Amino acid sequence: MAHTAATTGSAARARTIALPRINGRALVMIAYLTFLLLPIYWLLNMSLKTNTEILNTFTLWPNDITFDNYRTILTDPAWYMGYVNSLIYVVMNTVISLAVALPAAYAFSRYHFMGDKHLFFWLLTNRMAPPAVFALPFFQLYSSVGLFDTHIAVALAHCLFNVPLAVWILEGFMRGVPKEIDETAYIDGYSFPRFFVKIFMPLIASGIGVAAFFCFMFSWVELLLSRTLTTVDAKPIAAIMTRTQGAAGIDWGVLAAAGILTIIPGALVIYFVRNYIAKGFALGRV
Amino acid sequence: MEKTVNHKAWFLVLPVLVLVAFSAVIPLMTVVNYSVQDSFGNNQFFWVGIEWFQEILTSERIHNALGRQLMFSAIILAIEIPLGVFIALNMPKRGIWASVCLVLMALPLLIPWNVVGTIWQVFGRVDIGLLGHTLAAMGIDYNYTQDAFDAWVTVIVMDVWHWTSLVALLAYAGLQSIPEAYYQAAKIDQASRWAVFRYIELPKMQGVLLIAILLRFMDSFMIYTEPFVVTGGGPGNATTFLSIDLVKMALGQFDLGPAAAFSIMYFLVILLISWVFYTVMTNLDKREGA
Repeated sequence: MAHTAATTGSAARARTIALPRINGRALVMIAYLTFLLLPIYWLLNMSLKTNTEILNTFTLWPNDITFDNYRTILTDPAWYMGYVNSLIYVVMNTVISLAVALPAAYAFSRYHFMGDKHLFFWLLTNRMAPPAVFALPFFQLYSSVGLFDTHIAVALAHCLFNVPLAVWILEGFMRGVPKEIDETAYIDGYSFPRFFVKIFMPLIASGIGVAAFFCFMFSWVELLLSRTLTTVDAKPIAAIMTRTQGAAGIDWGVLAAAGILTIIPGALVIYFVRNYIAKGFALGRV
Repeated sequence: MEKTVNHKAWFLVLPVLVLVAFSAVIPLMTVVNYSVQDSFGNNQFFWVGIEWFQEILTSERIHNALGRQLMFSAIILAIEIPLGVFIALNMPKRGIWASVCLVLMALPLLIPWNVVGTIWQVFGRVDIGLLGHTLAAMGIDYNYTQDAFDAWVTVIVMDVWHWTSLVALLAYAGLQSIPEAYYQAAKIDQASRWAVFRYIELPKMQGVLLIAILLRFMDSFMIYTEPFVVTGGGPGNATTFLSIDLVKMALGQFDLGPAAAFSIMYFLVILLISWVFYTVMTNLDKREGA
């Protein structure tokens, strides 16, 4: 606004109008971010309290900070194996999704082939399919092939929505790479696999990162399928949490601590993809 | 980009096809199979034709769930889309604060869905939750486990909390793509704030908003985990949406036939909406490309 101050009356008037608007913008954002962070803060607050403090006194911050809740989770295999299980199937899912989506996205971004449009649409419908519809058939399918309660079963089930997502996001990024690069590489005598790994993949590295992030994320936040497909050995942390809730005396502190721990993986990597989040959610279409 | 015709590209798509066929087509076939048969147990099935479909189509329970579902999705869209656009317009355009806003706003999107439920379940409790406690202290009779209206409000506020950022982020991405020259031209023409929004910002956001609307519609249409954790579909059936009802039917009561028929119709609705989405989107792509 510095330049307006130096000029005439109309500029001064513009400033008096402009100033409240800027304050208004900040206020709106502060109000919205407070609304977003307050419930998360409350969970964090609870996770650092003892159950006596949670239930008996109403305090806005922990008067007597304790890390016992976290200690309970991180020392009890029944709890922390939930995190390990979740991480195992999430990583498996991400790797599988990317491995199959990369060539497919390349095909969609570069070539016309028989049925390409229908195939692309059909993939999208799987991203939109309600998990509730698939819960029972998945349960029966994976039971019948002996994969019930294994990590790979959950990883494969999550491919239902993550593979289409990865194909769409990657296709969006690949479109931005000019076709001349492919052609030059072929003239230089590169074979397709070598070109793809050595030249093409580094060019869309950010796209691969974003696709991986979204596969990771959607597999991490999903509960219905992962809960249906597991009982003990591959039970995700999210399902362990729901089971604890049903019990008569709920251990609120531990529940809150477990919740906070599930937020951490996403919070850690979000900084790196902050500029691509919209593109990822829009299936590569922004 | 000019694409060349190459049918060998099918080989590149084949892995995806096999994998998705395994995780989508085979299960769907099971569903189709169940939807036309009945069982007395012992894996003995007999043909019942379209009986289950008729039962579902005339079922009061499904009609009510569908009604609640449509109302929920409508309310969600009516709140989240305008609010998201409003937030996006107020976001800082660049600099450190833009990054801070982006990261903080994306936070709710990355929380496992049942944890979202847990957060709000705790937050809304009158005894230990900040929201519930504050409302009670203000003398408002609020109890989401007993009162249907309170349960609805809680579930809707939770969804707004969870997903408005998605709309805002998409709208923000659309706004970022507007060249500064447009705003300067508007300034020269002394366009009002409203005119700038109506004739510059809104048309530029059209594409992303369409995606936002459809994503929010689809995802709210199949919402399961969050309301299930908070209210368990209650009180009574007040917040039993389609997915909750379906899971109850299929995995709770093991009514395979009706559940399968229900699934197929549910999926067809989704398919129809996806198709509309896809058509409109590819048309937009074409127009922008031209």
